[in-house]
Amino acid sequence: MRRVLSDDGTVLPGAKVPDISDDDLVALFDSMLLVRVMDERMMRLQRQGRLGFYMTSIGEEATHYAVYPLRPTDWVFPSYREQGAFFWRGYSIQNYIDQLYGNANDPVKGRQMPVHHSARWLNIVSISSPVGTQIPQAVGAGWAARIAGKDDVSMVFFGEGTSSTGEFHVGMNFAGVSKAPVVFVCRNNGWAISTSREKQTAAKTFASKAVGYGMPGIRVDGNDILAVIQVAQEAVDRARAGDGPTLIEACTYRRGAHSSSDDPSVYRDAREPEEWARRDPVNRFRNYLKERGLWTEQAERDILDKHNEAIAKVQRESDRTGPPPLESLFEDVYETIPWHLREQRDWLLSQPRVKSPHQH
Amino acid sequence: MPTMNIIQAVNDALRIQMRADDRVVILGEDVGKFGGVFRATSGLYDEFGPDRCIDTPLSEAGIIGTAIGMALYGLRPVPEIQFADFIFPAFDQIVNELAKFRYRSGGQYPCPVVIRTPYGGGIRGGHYHSQSPEAHFIHTPGLKVVIPSNPVDAKGLLLSCMRQNDPVLFMEPKRVYRAARGDVPADDYTVPLEKAAVVREGTQCTVVAYGAMVHECTAAADKAAEQGISIEVIDLRTLLPFDIDTLLASVKKTGRAVIVHEAPKTCGFGAELVASIQERAMEHLEAPILRVAGLDTPFPYTLEHEYLPNADRVVDAVRKTLEW
Ligand SMILES: Cc1ncc(C[n+]2csc(CCOP(=O)(O)OP(=O)(O)O)c2C)c(N)n1
Repeated sequence: MRRVLSDDGTVLPGAKVPDISDDDLVALFDSMLLVRVMDERMMRLQRQGRLGFYMTSIGEEATHYAVYPLRPTDWVFPSYREQGAFFWRGYSIQNYIDQLYGNANDPVKGRQMPVHHSARWLNIVSISSPVGTQIPQAVGAGWAARIAGKDDVSMVFFGEGTSSTGEFHVGMNFAGVSKAPVVFVCRNNGWAISTSREKQTAAKTFASKAVGYGMPGIRVDGNDILAVIQVAQEAVDRARAGDGPTLIEACTYRRGAHSSSDDPSVYRDAREPEEWARRDPVNRFRNYLKERGLWTEQAERDILDKHNEAIAKVQRESDRTGPPPLESLFEDVYETIPWHLREQRDWLLSQPRVKSPHQH
Repeated sequence: MPTMNIIQAVNDALRIQMRADDRVVILGEDVGKFGGVFRATSGLYDEFGPDRCIDTPLSEAGIIGTAIGMALYGLRPVPEIQFADFIFPAFDQIVNELAKFRYRSGGQYPCPVVIRTPYGGGIRGGHYHSQSPEAHFIHTPGLKVVIPSNPVDAKGLLLSCMRQNDPVLFMEPKRVYRAARGDVPADDYTVPLEKAAVVREGTQCTVVAYGAMVHECTAAADKAAEQGISIEVIDLRTLLPFDIDTLLASVKKTGRAVIVHEAPKTCGFGAELVASIQERAMEHLEAPILRVAGLDTPFPYTLEHEYLPNADRVVDAVRKTLEW
């Protein structure tokens, strides 16, 4: 398993540190803290009944930064646990919270549950609820780039549970055969809702599945942001050079619940997340930055204040923003609205308004 | 004007559009060098090469999934599903993903994919080479469903499909793939989507069909004419969104309607047409609208001609509405 940092954040003997500027190191830490703060605050909002649903990635944040080596023209097919990938590519706090509320400013017009973001302007494709569907789609985008004569790369994220779906195997196979420029990032976080990693596969590692599809499979410490970036960089370089796809297994752990609707105490020992907290990706990265002289307590406090204030401000605005207009229900089903939808729209608009039974 | 069958017309449309737009790519099982098991993509690999006429591994979910990714990236994929019966492994990719991309991204990601697939019975194909699964997809908001019945329409409709920006399921009636022949303009032309065709004018009963059943219905019109009954035959061509205006105009004229399709009757598309006409033209109807459809059994092998609607059954249904 590839590692750069020890559990306490010192560079391991013999490890090669990826070439990242000081500014970017600080920016990565800033972004990781945003994910952490956002998750904590949004989960609280959900508990207050002000958000219908939420999903955190506490403890897995480092895996999101596999997108670090990508160029803006490269494509990302996320699952629902890569908030940091969105933020790193430029998705704003405003976009993020508006989507959770599904209000009039939501980039997806209030049509999807919270955490189903989509940002075409950042080349990030819509998150889908059925897990794994994005995998062959990502292969298609990478393949298309090659057909179009571009050197864009496609990166797709999914959990280890998702590696059991047909679409994982289909996508890996199509990518292997076509040598499409795709980077598969499997976040092995130990659990798929209540199903443990051991019940998901008889294979020793998820990375080993790459063999059958004719591509390299690389295991990396998913709580070590430097190692994640390093293997991602190698995979992206490989893809861009025309050498084909790579499967990365980022070994991490889902410390929180699967989602706001889940209660992990029913199915797992509480000591497990506590143990993993000792390998926390934020702490490890902080210690590394400290050693490099890039961290002070004051600087972190400033970052946290900045994020907290920004979130509070956006949240107040998003709270006040009304729902999308009723007519928008009928838009984007097709490029132009066909007669039967116009008929249903006119009927709906003529009806008394129905008050939402939801508080949000 | 060259004479073509439906396969040649489809092939012609694909070639024209691939020449006109280098974003168009074809992908599927055996579509490359071999030209497809029905030869619909014949010659395209030689002209456009393996990057635009792509033989994929054997997986329908993979074909549609990758086609979606290609479309998101900016290509205009035209995947082929070898037989409509094998489309179900790709059902989730079509219904949940392809059809919904534009909507669920808030309009950010149009997904112009035209899926071509041969469908239908009467070719001794047994269950897995004969089904007509259109209703599953007509029930899918975001998708268009188009079925030609003849070569002229096949070429013009397919060109229309490839030149608009919504996903389409283009179902080809393989029973008349070669049997339906006709003069087809050699040049580039389109037939509009969402417009039905009145293929036979008549006064006493409207008969609505699509695909291979259009031919049964024109045969029925001939037989009925011998008995002094005048049938108007409508070829729907686009099933979603279908052309309600042409249907209503015809039913208001004739006062009667019979719907014909080879898919199973229960919850078939005919039920939707009956309901839609009835909601809007009840006062013009002289009799209940009847359906002539495939049986609610799995598609059989030996007795397939008992299963399928035919001209006699159509005439019989028309007589029933006249005698009601
Ligand atoms: C096709 C499909 N089946 C079931 C579900 C319900 N479901 C949502 S997430 C999930 C577990 C996914 O686990 P994993 O892929 O390991 O990702 P993680 O949540 O651990 O990040 C399940 C079963 C789903 N979304 N899609």
